[in-house]
Amino acid sequence: MSGVYGRGEKIFQVIIHIFLGIFAVCAILPLIILVTGSITSEQELIQDGYTFFPKSIDFSAYKYLFQQAGQILNSYGITLFITIFGTVLSLVITPLLAYPLSRKDFRARNIFSFLVFFTMLFNGGIVPSYIMWTQIFHLKNTIWSLIFPNLLMNGFNVVLMKNYFAQNIPTELIEAAKVDGENEFGIFFRIVLPLALPVMATIGLFVGIGYWNDWTNGLYYVSEPELYSLQNFLNRMMQDIQFLMSNSQIQSGGQMAAAFPSTGIRMAISVVGILPIVVLYPFFQKYFVKGITVGAVKG
Amino acid sequence: MNQRIKTKKRLQKQWPFYIMIIPGMIYLLINNYGPMAGIFIAFKKIDYGLGIFKSPWVGLENFEYLFKTDAAFTMTRNTILYNVAFIVLGTVLGIAVGIMLSELRSKAKTKFFQTVILLPYLLSWVICAYIGYAFLSKESGLLNSLLTNLGFQAVDWYNDPGKWPVILIVVNIWKGIGYTSIIYMSTIIGIDKSLYEAARVDGATKWQEIRLITLPLLKSTIIMLTIMNIGRIFYSDFGLFYQIPLNSGTLYPTTQTIDTYVYRALMQQNQIGMSSAAGVYQSLVGFILVLAANMIVRKLSPDDAMF
Repeated sequence: MSGVYGRGEKIFQVIIHIFLGIFAVCAILPLIILVTGSITSEQELIQDGYTFFPKSIDFSAYKYLFQQAGQILNSYGITLFITIFGTVLSLVITPLLAYPLSRKDFRARNIFSFLVFFTMLFNGGIVPSYIMWTQIFHLKNTIWSLIFPNLLMNGFNVVLMKNYFAQNIPTELIEAAKVDGENEFGIFFRIVLPLALPVMATIGLFVGIGYWNDWTNGLYYVSEPELYSLQNFLNRMMQDIQFLMSNSQIQSGGQMAAAFPSTGIRMAISVVGILPIVVLYPFFQKYFVKGITVGAVKG
Repeated sequence: MNQRIKTKKRLQKQWPFYIMIIPGMIYLLINNYGPMAGIFIAFKKIDYGLGIFKSPWVGLENFEYLFKTDAAFTMTRNTILYNVAFIVLGTVLGIAVGIMLSELRSKAKTKFFQTVILLPYLLSWVICAYIGYAFLSKESGLLNSLLTNLGFQAVDWYNDPGKWPVILIVVNIWKGIGYTSIIYMSTIIGIDKSLYEAARVDGATKWQEIRLITLPLLKSTIIMLTIMNIGRIFYSDFGLFYQIPLNSGTLYPTTQTIDTYVYRALMQQNQIGMSSAAGVYQSLVGFILVLAANMIVRKLSPDDAMF
C-alpha cells in the first residue's frame, strides 16, 4: 500500500479520469471543428471536406469578414443591443416584482405569488402568442419583437429571486432602516439590491445568454435582414444553402460560392458568434453553476 | 371611524409595493396571460380579413381535422418516446458523471471538467446545427469521411429518417449532460462525509460506497427530477428538433414533435386552425401531467413539491 489511498482507489481514480476525459473531449471537439473549418481553405473544404487538421491555414474567411462587415456588423449590433437592453430591463422588473412578494407584510402577496406561479404550470401556446404580438401589438419586423416575447422575464426567475430575498434579507435590517426613516423605495434600492448582487448576477447571466442565443423570436417575427440578430443571420444562411442543395437545377459549386458566403465564412461567423460566450465563460462559470443548483433544488 | 383610519394607514404602507410590482405584473399579464386568454382561437376558423374576434366559431372542428391526420399520431409518439429516452439516458449518464465529478480529489480538476462538459449547454441551437452539419454533411461531413476511409458507403444523413433517433439522442445528451451532472453532483457533495469514512474503515470498496451510500441517498433527487421531467413529457425542445435536422422534410417521420408541428403548421403551411388545435392539445395535456406529477411528488416527499 502506498500513500493514503489503497490500490482499488487508485484504479478507480484512473477510470474516472479516463471517462471524464472522454466526456470533455466530446464537449470540446465539435467546437474545434468550427474553428478549423473557418481556417481551412475553401478549395480543401470542397475537395476533402471538414477536417481537424487542415493542410494549410487560411485566414481569408476572417479577412472577408472584416472587409464585407456590413451585414455581419449590423447583426452583431442587433444581438448586442437586445442582449444588453433586455438583460438590464429584466434586472429592473424582476427584482421589483420579486421583492414585495418576499415581504410578509405585503398583504396581497399570496394572490400575486399565485399569478406568477401559475405561469409556470400553464401556457396558452405559440399561436395565440404569435397572433397577439403581431395583430395587437404590431411587433412584426421591429426590434421589440426580439426583446419582448418570452425572453424578458419568467415566473421561474421571479420565484428564484423571491426565495433569495426571503432567505437572505433579514427582517431586522428592514425594520432598522424604517426606524431610520427610509421609505420602501429607499430600502429596496439602498439595502435590498446591494445584498442581492449574487442572485442578480446569476439571473442576469441566464437572461443574457438567453438573448444572445435566441433565434426563435427572429424566426417568428422578423423577415427583414436589417433586423436579423447574429443567430438569425446564421440561421438564414444555413436555410439558403439547404434550399440550393435541394434545388437540383442549381448545382454548380461555383454559382453557389458566388451567391452565398462560403463554408469557411459561415464557420468564421459562428466562431465570432460564440467567442464572447467562450471568452467570458470562465469568469461567470461560478454564477452559472450556482444558478443551475439553486434552480434545481426549488423550482 | 377607527376602522377607516386603520385601513387608510395600512394602504399608505402598502402602496409602494403595488407600484413596484406594476411593470412585472403587466409583462406577465401580456406575455403569459394574454395567450392563455387567446386559447379560444383554436375553436374558430380564423380569417385575417375579418379579424380574430369576428371570425366564425367552429367548435371542435380544428381538433377533428388534426386528429384525423397521421401527423397527430406521429408527433405525439415522437414527443413522448424522445422524452422517455432523454429521461432514462440523461439520468443514468448525469448520475455517472455527477459521481465522477464529485470523486475527483482536487477542486481545480472538478472545476475544469465541470466547466468543459457544461460548455455545449451555452451554445445556441443554430450554432449546434452548424456543428451537426460539419459532422453529417453528405459531401464534406466528418462522419462520411470516416466511413469512406474505413471502406463503408457514405450515408445521406439528412435524408435518412431511420438514423435520426440516435443522432437526436446523442446531441441532446451532449448538450445537456453538463447541466444534469451538476445537479446530481451538488446533491452528492451535500452527503455527510462521515458515512464514507465509516465505510472505508469497514473496508468497503469504491464500488460498494457508490452502490450502498451514494445511490440510495440520491434516490429522492432522482425520483423528483424524473417525475418533474415526466410532467414535461408533452413538451420538446424546439431548437433540437428543428435546427439539428435542418428542417428537412424527409426526416419528419422521426423528427416531428408537437412543438415543430405547431411552428410548421402556423408559419409554413398557414394552417392556423390545426396549429392552434395542436397547441391547445399540448397545453392541456401538459397541464394535467404537471399537476399529476406534482401530486405524486407531494405524496412521496412534501418538501420537494412545487405547491
